[in-house]
Amino acid sequence: MKPNQATYALVGNPNVGKTSLFNLLTCSRYDVGNWAGVTVEKKEGLIRGKRMRRHFRHHGYGHGHRCQHGNRYCDRCHRTIENHRIIDLPGIYSLAPVSEDEQVAVNFIFNESVDKIINIVDASSLDRNLYLTFQLLEMNRPLVMALNMTDVAKSYGFSLDTDKMSEQLGIPVVPMVTRVGQGLDKLYDALVEPAVTPEFQIKYNSVIEEGISGLSKFFNGNLAPTEYRWVALQIIEGNQELKERYIKQESMADAYQLLLSMSEKCKAPLADVIRDERYHYLEQFLADVKIIEEADRVNWTERIDRIVTNRWLGIPIFFVAIFLTFQITFTWVGTPLQDLLEGWFRGPLSAWVINGMVALDLQPWLIALVVDGILAGVGGVLVFIPQIFILFLIISFLEDSGYMARAAFLMDRGLAKLGLNGKAFIPLVVGFGCNVPGIMSARTLENSRERLVTILLNPFMSCTARIMVYALFTSIFFKSHQGLVIFSLYLLGIVVAILLGLVFKKFLLRGETGFFVMEMPPYRIPIIKNIALSTWDKGKEFLKKAGTIILAMSVVLWFLSNFSYSGMVEMSESFLAALGSMLAPFLAPLGFGTWEAGVSLISGFVAKEVVVSTMSIVYGAGDITTQLSATIQEVFNPVSAYAFMVFILLYAPCMPTLVVMRKEIGSWKWPLFSIVYSVGIAWVLAFIIYQVGSRLLL
Amino acid sequence: MPKKLSEAVNGEHVLIQNMAINGQCTNNSMRLMDMGLLPGTPLEVFRISHYGGLIIVKLRGFKLSFRIKEAENILVTTI
Repeated sequence: MKPNQATYALVGNPNVGKTSLFNLLTCSRYDVGNWAGVTVEKKEGLIRGKRMRRHFRHHGYGHGHRCQHGNRYCDRCHRTIENHRIIDLPGIYSLAPVSEDEQVAVNFIFNESVDKIINIVDASSLDRNLYLTFQLLEMNRPLVMALNMTDVAKSYGFSLDTDKMSEQLGIPVVPMVTRVGQGLDKLYDALVEPAVTPEFQIKYNSVIEEGISGLSKFFNGNLAPTEYRWVALQIIEGNQELKERYIKQESMADAYQLLLSMSEKCKAPLADVIRDERYHYLEQFLADVKIIEEADRVNWTERIDRIVTNRWLGIPIFFVAIFLTFQITFTWVGTPLQDLLEGWFRGPLSAWVINGMVALDLQPWLIALVVDGILAGVGGVLVFIPQIFILFLIISFLEDSGYMARAAFLMDRGLAKLGLNGKAFIPLVVGFGCNVPGIMSARTLENSRERLVTILLNPFMSCTARIMVYALFTSIFFKSHQGLVIFSLYLLGIVVAILLGLVFKKFLLRGETGFFVMEMPPYRIPIIKNIALSTWDKGKEFLKKAGTIILAMSVVLWFLSNFSYSGMVEMSESFLAALGSMLAPFLAPLGFGTWEAGVSLISGFVAKEVVVSTMSIVYGAGDITTQLSATIQEVFNPVSAYAFMVFILLYAPCMPTLVVMRKEIGSWKWPLFSIVYSVGIAWVLAFIIYQVGSRLLL
Repeated sequence: MPKKLSEAVNGEHVLIQNMAINGQCTNNSMRLMDMGLLPGTPLEVFRISHYGGLIIVKLRGFKLSFRIKEAENILVTTI
């Protein structure tokens, strides 16, 4: 009888597309909890999806058929599709855990029973991934292999004979490309097939094999004979817990003796012997199923790498790459596009909206809300789309081509001083576009403490939003040295991040030695489709932030700035102005103690881009650049302008950033703490700059 | 003549003898072993950067980079 309910566990190395597969299967709807007693996230969901519904339609489901247990199933093939649960386990490299995350996964695999384990594997680095697969197969439990990233393997010049793999391993092998959702149907089919126990076995040398039979005699009644082999292997590899659980008390001493004599006969640690033999088997297996199509690619990679990771050329090449990235993003392509977009937004689009609303005879306050509140607020953010997407496009290009791994390699030494490793480099670079996807990229870091520090440092990477403010002020006060001043601000952000990183290292990372292992994939010409998807992945977070949080907050801000207890008023008498005035005294020592500045900073908390649009409203300027600059020159001087920019750079991360921080870290404690220290640092630095600067220069 | 992997030079081909010469098997060495660095595995030292503290090795058809600190724990012989 087919089960109405089924549970599957998703197991695999980190960074092989496990999350992507989990999201595909659950349609990104799942519950997040915690594994008991540890701070590791537990994700569980029901397998859903349009493809499943298509299965139903094809098989003639249609009419809401429910069985007596309340489960839905297909009339034709009687497969129950709903009520199939899937649990996402943390990434592991083998069944010998080295971290808390891994321990959780291994405990689950050993102690819980599921209907099938889905082992997701990266086709382009099978050598590494298969080690875990073999260990899982040795447990002789139902397994399905999702062979992901077959497109990457192809671009590296080889492919895999999945039929042969399936035959030799005794399990279904489903080739997939989770990034584009390819292979999902076959995976569903493999899942609903009746479970088959693979009879996979690696024959070890005689000493080990005799040891397995020997230990099997010592097992107590708690263990089923079908489980003897893998448990014996685990015990030989040194698993104390299983030993204590399954060996009879009276045979403990004998078991110990047996292991000792095995060790002597092998003249090497038993775990190493077993690992060695597994790898032997793995190599032979791979030689059998791997089909090399293009051997040339490897040679090119070598040649390029000799230059790129060269002692003397490596770092300069890296800086050139960074420089080009920013040049393309800002000067050459991004800004011109942005100007175009801005022109269209303020011109034709605004006019169209206004005319439309007037034609509909809407209330003037509603029109004001939409135009001054929503359009101005959201529009101010959306005009950044060209720059952000171009930056992400370049980063995705570098990632896909394989260069990023080399960049991480070059950056590792510097980052190691902060207790991080080279992999933390990518989230920080993405942060220069927008902190939101930057923080989300930190997921690739395996160590949760390193992840935390990388997330906390991210806001100090000057995002494109802040550039808007810098651009405005520098065009007024530092026209002849615009580039230099902006660069100094970027640099300041990085310096503060480094100092803060050292502090964090001392208190948060507490002597934990970072571990850096990174695979250097062969170089390849990036596939347009992949880069496009990757860019979209990063950019859509920015759009979501604009579409939701900024939109909502723009409305709130508009309300606060146009209303007071007595109803609709001028901005200078609104709630917002009152709030701004409360802040003013604190800002006075910094050179900008006005309610207008206070108001701008409060609005900047929503999204730093909003500072400029708010300033244009509070200073009553219609056309941003000309009138606003005139007013600003009356209120600020070069020193206080610089202090103001520094304050904007450093003070509190914007709301969307805080929300993402909370989501990635798992609690509000850290985001709130980051507000505290960043405002503190911002205040102190702005204070010093203004007080010292005005005495020296004015 | 066996030596530490950290003492190897660019382009050298070596054979791993021991993964834990400093006594115990740390978490890090276990991770490396799981990734395929085992006694008896042939490696090519693609690049060793003492300044950066990192080493890139070629093994089993792919390249891996890790810290020289880990390499100090690995005993190899030149092939």
